[in-house]
Amino acid sequence: MRRLAFIIPVVLFLMVAAALGLGLRRDPSILPSMLIDRPIPAFDLAGLTPDDPGLASSDFGGKPVLLNVFASWCVACVIEHPMLLQLQAQGVTIHGLDWKDEPGAGADWLAQRGNPYALIGSDPRGRTGIDFGVTGAPETFVIDGHGRVRYRHVGPITPQVWAETLQPMLTRLETET
Amino acid sequence: MKRLALGLFCALLLAGPVAAVLPEEQLADPVLEARAREISQDLRCVVCQNQSIDDSDAPLAADLRAIVRERLTAGDSDEEVMAYIVARYGNFVLLKPPLDGQTLLLWSAPLLVLIPGGLGLILYLRRRGRAGAVEPTPLSAEERRALADILKTGDAP
Repeated sequence: MRRLAFIIPVVLFLMVAAALGLGLRRDPSILPSMLIDRPIPAFDLAGLTPDDPGLASSDFGGKPVLLNVFASWCVACVIEHPMLLQLQAQGVTIHGLDWKDEPGAGADWLAQRGNPYALIGSDPRGRTGIDFGVTGAPETFVIDGHGRVRYRHVGPITPQVWAETLQPMLTRLETET
Repeated sequence: MKRLALGLFCALLLAGPVAAVLPEEQLADPVLEARAREISQDLRCVVCQNQSIDDSDAPLAADLRAIVRERLTAGDSDEEVMAYIVARYGNFVLLKPPLDGQTLLLWSAPLLVLIPGGLGLILYLRRRGRAGAVEPTPLSAEERRALADILKTGDAP
């Protein structure tokens, strides 16, 4: 009984410390996506210029692709951009969602830096982004051959994120469909 | 100078918290606007996460405020508006999370702390109460003499 009075606080302390320690390792700014394993929301967006075909939810399906949320005002997108061009050169299909941008700003931004996107949808009011649960740019969604969201990456795609997460996932999804 | 400082201090006291809702965002119907304000105060901004969208100046919070007002104008109930936002951003956006499997520990934590703590306190107070009831042992003859000496001379021997 006496010994128990000493052991219980120690056990409680260790439990609380473990719970708080796990909490330290999580990034609370990254919210779980509500869309995982669910079909992408329906949308039909115009392109950045009148000649662009734009992007609609019906453009997805057939093979797994990436949907990258970007904007000309987004600083981290500048960092991510060379990586996207590199992926495009490797044959990865990336669709773009120009989120909450001024008219013309997205087109200028891509004209300066090169266009890594197969299709681009312009979302000046940000509603399609909100339907996807976007909290900021850049964000990248992995969308499978059935048009379902399989993964969401918050922040720029770094070589590490590509090699460890996105590439293995795309390869797996390609064999799936 | 002192008077100016005092004046400025008093002016500061008058400054209350100001919501981020811009005049052009507000609905013409005061009843709907009041409902929109109430809903927005319960929804967390996903950019600056410890503010409600009613307080936040983030552009995304402004968009969500606009969506809340659009849904209300379209005839949605308060619950439907909440469900619309939760469908996109998850239960995380509710500043009052619902009681479910994931939040059971969160909601029961006060009881989990209060009950063992209260029991411990009761046990401790009972034990101390019993210890306090013990009669003090009377002074020995020697102690009594020493005490009398101290009282007489006002000095310890």
